Amino acid sequence: MTPSIETLLADQPTNEKVDAWMSGRKFPLVEQTAATFVWRGEAEGVKLRHFIYGLETAQPLARVPDTDLWWLTTEVPPRSRIEYKLEVIRSHGSEWVQDPLNPHRARDPFGANSVLQGDGYRMPEWVLPDPKARRGVLEPFSLHSAAFGQRRGGHIYLPARFRPTRQYPLLVMHDGADYLKYSGMKSVFDNLLERLEVPDIIVALVDSPDRLVEYGNDERHARYLTEELVPHLASRFPLLDQPRARGLMGASFGGVASFSTAIRYPGFWGRLLLQSGSFAFTDIGRRNHRGPVFDRVVEFINEFRNAPRPVSERVFVSCGVYESLIYENRSLVPILEGTGMQVRFVEARDGHNWENWRDRSREGLSWLFRGPQMMVYE
Amino acid sequence: MRQASTNDDARLGPCAIAVLGQQRFVRTLSSAIAALDVRGRFALVTAGWQEREGEDQELTDYLGGNTVNLRLHRRADELFQNDRELAEAHRKKQELLRYKQDFYRIRLEHELAANHVIRLRSAPKEVLEQEEQASVVAVQQLDAYHLKQCAKLHDDFEKKLKPSERPSVRRHMDEIAELLEGSKAIAIAGGHVATLINRMRLFDLAGIMGTQAVFAWSGGAMAISERVVLFHDNTPEGAVAAEILDFGLGLLKGILVLPQPEQRLHLDDKERVGVMARRFAPSRVLAFPASSHLTLRGDSIHSAENVSSLDVDGVCRPFTEQAS
Repeated sequence: MTPSIETLLADQPTNEKVDAWMSGRKFPLVEQTAATFVWRGEAEGVKLRHFIYGLETAQPLARVPDTDLWWLTTEVPPRSRIEYKLEVIRSHGSEWVQDPLNPHRARDPFGANSVLQGDGYRMPEWVLPDPKARRGVLEPFSLHSAAFGQRRGGHIYLPARFRPTRQYPLLVMHDGADYLKYSGMKSVFDNLLERLEVPDIIVALVDSPDRLVEYGNDERHARYLTEELVPHLASRFPLLDQPRARGLMGASFGGVASFSTAIRYPGFWGRLLLQSGSFAFTDIGRRNHRGPVFDRVVEFINEFRNAPRPVSERVFVSCGVYESLIYENRSLVPILEGTGMQVRFVEARDGHNWENWRDRSREGLSWLFRGPQMMVYE
Repeated sequence: MRQASTNDDARLGPCAIAVLGQQRFVRTLSSAIAALDVRGRFALVTAGWQEREGEDQELTDYLGGNTVNLRLHRRADELFQNDRELAEAHRKKQELLRYKQDFYRIRLEHELAANHVIRLRSAPKEVLEQEEQASVVAVQQLDAYHLKQCAKLHDDFEKKLKPSERPSVRRHMDEIAELLEGSKAIAIAGGHVATLINRMRLFDLAGIMGTQAVFAWSGGAMAISERVVLFHDNTPEGAVAAEILDFGLGLLKGILVLPQPEQRLHLDDKERVGVMARRFAPSRVLAFPASSHLTLRGDSIHSAENVSSLDVDGVCRPFTEQAS
């Protein structure tokens, strides 16, 4: 299929013709596997800045002569979801901006990106607040951690129909505040519980003041979660005391934190949800190209690769194919499977971002914690 | 007060049974009642609704107001509060059943995956047929093993705790028997099917009921059959393996009940339909959409409407009384 901008380009375009061509069209213009990005205005150059591993991170848009239209058509496989910005270069410098023609945005701790929704991608309906879904409750918690020698806290999610006479599984979610803010996990839990796809569950959303240290294979963190947080929560809430009713979840370094905690306490955490884990390793040498912040991660992953062993019962691994960590995650999966743990691996045409992790959460959570959907026949 | 009897002579069984699809949006209960010409008080079993068991006003109104709820869920809660030994043993049994279910599921998924792989292979027709049939038999053997494990756990519990001889249980059973004595029929609603079976089994409902007609829908219909099979083709992970949960009450014989096919089944998937039909044979595998009903008197089918049969050739056909 020929992108429709070719028709415009072949018609000796003027700004008036550009106006007419753009009228009624949504941008970026997705036509099957071709996506056309456009920007209008005066500039010395415009570049597409995206976060797709494997492609040039900066791709120039071409200016259509005698107009203020800049354009770039690129291949976007079906069901892709791509976060990007536009870099506008002017004489006094360059600026990264959100695409003014694209209403789709994704927020993250660094601000917000524009989002290209490829052909076939739809934002799942279960991520949006559902007025019919009963709302769970978020309440803050805090406790003194001997492991860290200071107070630690976060939030506890209690299901809408929480009853102290019942027993509940526990999920510990790393980077809980970011998951809530950028992945909308409160609504996700409300909806998945309402649909019976995940059982009523208690979620501890934890945060770290220094995640790159504490999440990167830190014995103190594992001790805090396992020997301090869990007993603390068990004293406050009716928790099921079984490995299969205890889960760890995290993305990026949070995935490392989850996995390394499970390895330090084999058999205790029966469910792991590892999203785009930063599982850097080396085949020779100790220093990975990613830099010194990964040194302890490399040490830990190398050690596990050398002596794989079952530490949990079920492990759900997901990763975007547009992120550099796809190599590390794909490499880890067969090793996990070889230990006898039940492993499920899901790839998505997405990058290293919170909405990718949101979109994969339903499949992971419902597989790790099977809801009563199979039991209820109204 | 009527004394609940559980001896075999007393087990006459229901004079008639109506199996119905989901009643939430399309109600076929009244037409089934009319078809079986049942008049009088209905005893309600809504234990599948769990804590919402008592929210039965709408159902009561629908049945003309002449109902009494057996409150099996609330009775079990009371019982467990007052008889800690029984409660602990019951909790332990349920925990063991969950473990058994989990391991059964692990093996089942592999067996069904093997069947799928065999179907995809190229080989002489005769070899393929033999191996495919062998893989279905392997699934049937696993199902049978799982049911045997469930039965053993139930038997161990019964022998050790003797629930029906405990005053704490006996009191409830007598009360239930008295409520049943004045009822012409029992209406068993759907809901959480495991909860429903547990509560009915705990108070030996099948043993203490008389000849009342039984009207059961969705999970309620599953619970009165011989084997309860959990299924769902539209979960977040797609179609998952249909798995046997446990024995049902066994009031409905020779029929495997699949409610809510509109939401739960890919009836156009010939492989899944065919394997399901063969796996659970000799039971007839029947799907009950919302508008359906099947009525029986004794072992004979009295009427059938909008019921579908999953057949061994992988085709889903309308089920008629002649087809039985």
